[in-house]
Amino acid sequence: MPTREKTQVLSAAQTGRTIERLGHEIVEKTGEAHGIALIGIRRRGVPLAQRLAATIRAATGAEAPIGILDITLYRDDLSLVAAHPVVQSTDIPFSVDDRDLILVDDVLFTGRTIRAAMNGLFDLGRPRRIQLCVLVDRGHRELPIEATYVGRRVETHPDDLVEVLLKEIDGEDRVMLERAP
Amino acid sequence: MSFSFRHLLGTEALSRGEITFLLDQSRAFQAIQKQPLKKLATLRGKSAVLAFFETSTRTRISFTTAAARLGADTMNLQAESSSTQKGESLVDTVRTLEAMKPDVIVIRHAASGAPHFVAERLGIPVINAGDGLHEHPTQGLLDALTISDRLGRLDGLDVTIVGDIRHSRVARSNIHVLSKFGCRITLCGPAMWLPQEMACIAPNVRLESRLEEALRGASVVMVLRVQTERLQEPALPPDEYIRLYQMTPARLALARPDAVLMHPGPMIRGLEIDPAVADSPQSSVLEQVTNGVAVRMALLYLLTGGAPAAAGAAPGGTPAG
Amino acid sequence: MLLIQNGRVVDPARSFDGVADVLLEGERIARVAPKIDPSLVASGADRFDASGLIVAPGFIDLHCHLREPGNEPAETIETGTRAAARGGFTAVCCMPNTHPVNDNASVTRFILDRAAATAAVRVWPIGAASRGSAGESLAEIAAMKDAGIVAVTDDGKPIATAKLLRHVMEYARSLDLPVIEHSEDASLFAGAVMREGPASVRLGLHGMPAATEAICVARDVQICMLTRARLHVAHMSARESLELVREAKRRGLPVTCEVTPHHFTLTDEDVVYDSRYKMNPPLASREDREALLAGLADGSVDAIATDHAPHTQASKEVEFDRAPFGVTGFETALGLALEALVHSGRAPLARLVELFTAGPARVLGKKRLIAEGEPADLTLFSTEHRWTFRAAESASKSRNTPFDGRSFRGAPMATIVAGRLVWRREK
Repeated sequence: MPTREKTQVLSAAQTGRTIERLGHEIVEKTGEAHGIALIGIRRRGVPLAQRLAATIRAATGAEAPIGILDITLYRDDLSLVAAHPVVQSTDIPFSVDDRDLILVDDVLFTGRTIRAAMNGLFDLGRPRRIQLCVLVDRGHRELPIEATYVGRRVETHPDDLVEVLLKEIDGEDRVMLERAP
Repeated sequence: MSFSFRHLLGTEALSRGEITFLLDQSRAFQAIQKQPLKKLATLRGKSAVLAFFETSTRTRISFTTAAARLGADTMNLQAESSSTQKGESLVDTVRTLEAMKPDVIVIRHAASGAPHFVAERLGIPVINAGDGLHEHPTQGLLDALTISDRLGRLDGLDVTIVGDIRHSRVARSNIHVLSKFGCRITLCGPAMWLPQEMACIAPNVRLESRLEEALRGASVVMVLRVQTERLQEPALPPDEYIRLYQMTPARLALARPDAVLMHPGPMIRGLEIDPAVADSPQSSVLEQVTNGVAVRMALLYLLTGGAPAAAGAAPGGTPAG
Repeated sequence: MLLIQNGRVVDPARSFDGVADVLLEGERIARVAPKIDPSLVASGADRFDASGLIVAPGFIDLHCHLREPGNEPAETIETGTRAAARGGFTAVCCMPNTHPVNDNASVTRFILDRAAATAAVRVWPIGAASRGSAGESLAEIAAMKDAGIVAVTDDGKPIATAKLLRHVMEYARSLDLPVIEHSEDASLFAGAVMREGPASVRLGLHGMPAATEAICVARDVQICMLTRARLHVAHMSARESLELVREAKRRGLPVTCEVTPHHFTLTDEDVVYDSRYKMNPPLASREDREALLAGLADGSVDAIATDHAPHTQASKEVEFDRAPFGVTGFETALGLALEALVHSGRAPLARLVELFTAGPARVLGKKRLIAEGEPADLTLFSTEHRWTFRAAESASKSRNTPFDGRSFRGAPMATIVAGRLVWRREK
């Protein structure tokens, strides 16, 4: 098996600072984050959303509510996977109607996850606006979807693997790129 | 924990972990049902055959709703209008259905073991919607979900099941599920409907023919309907049954004050259950119905994934894998 | 002429067990001796070296279904008897529940004619006790006796009423025929597909309690006491029935009984949703099996009978509830008996041989032994030969057996009927 080359894209410190910077960007572009709510996409979008909320709180004192969205049932590729993946619950403890939402995810790639997430949100109600915040944008979109807030753009080949580690889930913060052979 | 079974033929073979997993998955689908828009496209393009060789309105509608909410199509086979009436064997009826290439078959049949028979011969996942006297696994699961939601747990509860135990597949499925959580189960009913052997099919099961004794301290009271269509022997006169076994407010008060009152439906108000009990806050009958859709959605979702395996398993018994 | 040499002759009727030669001439046994004088053996005689084998009197099966006339797709007299020969049986008693029922001499003669033309072994028909086995009026028993029946029964069901049973038994007694009873209480049996117990409750299948059989055996024994006719309890499955038979024998009544190999091998705990485990009487409890094995060993049970009941694949491949009752059994009977009785140490070999030979013969009022002048029917078998039974290789047309794929230690090796080697196991 040919070894795959692994490089670090963001160190722990860089990851932390990037997330911090994204939080400030949100505050700036949304006018002090009034009325916005964050929707973290399972799995790693969730701790990201929590950290963004903390930054927003520290900067403005505003509490941005956080919802958790599981997109399993909205995936368009279920017929292709071996066994239907385990469904986790969606937990959005507020109405999305007429709400300014920011979808949060770790990596933006083909855009299909975000398409599924939007389908999920529209089944719950009618948001006023949805923006997207991602830690890494690795290109190769297959749908017309773009992120408003991007932590880092990384040039990748479609067969490369981008791995985001977050201390809440993986014990450390790091972003790695594994090149395809 | 995940669910590695190809079919759902019964709850007897499920482990506690597998049941917990199924209930957790069902909760996601409970949530969907509270949304304004209850319809998903998850199983769009997939089809389910509902092969009901026994009349059933509630279970069939529940499965139909579950499939529809997942975006799947359903094809209905009803015994009255089916070719089995014309003498076609179960094997041939089922092979005909297979040729229509559904993704899952939901089968209800008057013969115990019929879903196993079908599962052994087809390369398609089978869900048992009730086979003879044997099991009604989706009912067992939705009852467990209801209990768990009401009481916050399943472990170590005192459960009393009242009625025609001998002929009840609902009772059997519930016994298999709840005994795995350490529940103490008391079976109660007229002596000729309370076979001794029911105490042997799972641990912590006891028999008690006096209703008042059976209800003391119960956290869950399950009332079964009187199944005239399944009786081989002479029926008990209804007035006798009412006198000794009807669930009245006074009798229900012998159970714990927060006891959940359950009934698989359809109820015959005034026979096995006093209307006041059926409509009381303790009654979880409507939640059972809602949870039924959630559980069935979870099963349709889980069983229609999976690479098509080779048809058939070891002859006899519950096919696994 | 056929000389069987060097075999261990086990002949319970004469209490003989030793190495000996057996000389067959025509259809009779000419001589039995440790070493037969060569001068007695014709120069062109066939020789069979039975070293290492048991030479027993020809096995008799008191209870089987050959399905001809009327259900030839499941079995014919030809295919059934070929399967019987492979099981070591030299004579089989076929039950009258054919279509038409064997309740008159012309059906009896039809069966015997077909047997003469096609059967591999002797066929001894059993006639119906009542017309059509409908339990209302007597069948033409005397005419059938002249035609060649060896017993009467309404097998498939009990004889319908105590009153009819009495008449049948009185009549049969006058004709010196035994009455064979399928003992079962219809009201307790109705709707049942297996034995009632923990297994039936778990599987959700309607069961019949053990009393179903014993109630009818008790009735039958009472009528036997009243009439003093010979009563034979078919396919006994319950220990309560065995107790009643033992008690009847103690009182000197002419009551006998048989047990099938599946009843002394399997129990209700073996039942799964597979109609190869569905037969009547159903598989019983472990306690019943233990009691039957004890009865087989101690002589309370007179015979092993197969109740070979072939059914077409199509008829058996349905839901358990709807499947017909019955399993095949000729080819596995000896292997199962050796396993349960001899290899387990429960009974000596002579007792096993008696259960297949002198025991059934006695029920029919016949003898079965290896002696000069007796019919040249012999069963040669090995107590050690290891083999696996495969239903697909059976000589029967039907495949409904719970023993497909079962391995055995001990097997029939050759079957001789009327002096002719009708079957021999390929090496």
